[in-house]
Amino acid sequence: MIRRILFAAVAVGLVACAAYAAFYVAPEERTMGAIQRIFYLHASSGWAGETTFFFCFVANLLYIWRRKPQYDWLGVTCAEVGVAFITVVLLTGPIWAKPVWGIWWTWDARLTSTFVLWILYICYLLLRTLLDEPERRALLSALFGVFAFIDVPIVFGAIRWWRTQHPAPVIMGGEGSGLDPAMRKVFFFNVLAMHILALFFIAERYLLEKSKHDAELLRREAEAR
Amino acid sequence: MKNLNSIFAAYMIGWGVFFLFFASVVKRTSDLRSEIERLKKNISNEK
Repeated sequence: MIRRILFAAVAVGLVACAAYAAFYVAPEERTMGAIQRIFYLHASSGWAGETTFFFCFVANLLYIWRRKPQYDWLGVTCAEVGVAFITVVLLTGPIWAKPVWGIWWTWDARLTSTFVLWILYICYLLLRTLLDEPERRALLSALFGVFAFIDVPIVFGAIRWWRTQHPAPVIMGGEGSGLDPAMRKVFFFNVLAMHILALFFIAERYLLEKSKHDAELLRREAEAR
Repeated sequence: MKNLNSIFAAYMIGWGVFFLFFASVVKRTSDLRSEIERLKKNISNEK
């Protein structure tokens, strides 16, 4: 219990420090001004969400290969945590876009592929509610999870392959791209904070999945009597 | 600072989503723990 509280304190503390750095340490962007500070929350949440979906993908593959329920628990855990992070991305993006683009939303390649990603993992979670038999539910959702992950590299590549409305990449964007060194440090600190927060959520959500399994075993035992 | 309301809204919404997600995990876990305790009691009473 103490370890969980410490983990929570570290995650929350890091997120608070990251926000402080985004507001007070990062220099103001020349053309967009202060509104650019949303980028530190928006992009770092996106990176953490996609990393979480990668963990989900690995867990899904491991389930298909090994058929151990623990991989299924990790898969659903990571899918749910990833959906929370991508929800933040989809909500904070329009708040930045309105003053900068003059519109809340457009069906640009990056925005559309991110929205599709969110829908795919919502479907992954819904699919699990439709199937009662645990092994069948685990296998079908693992197969669907592997399919859903195809969209993650599309989201990554969308701003590189198709130049539409979304700003060009500032990290791994090739020649002519990049961030001011001070902004870069703040951005990577935010990325670290969001990944620690995601790991904390994964640890907590995994315990819930394990408790579900324990409750199911006890329910069966009670019914058998 | 221009657009301060938008920045404030973005951070509040972002943290709000994380808080709601965590609160839902805590609530579901505590409900399940009570159910597990109840089931354990029922089973031990039947023994």
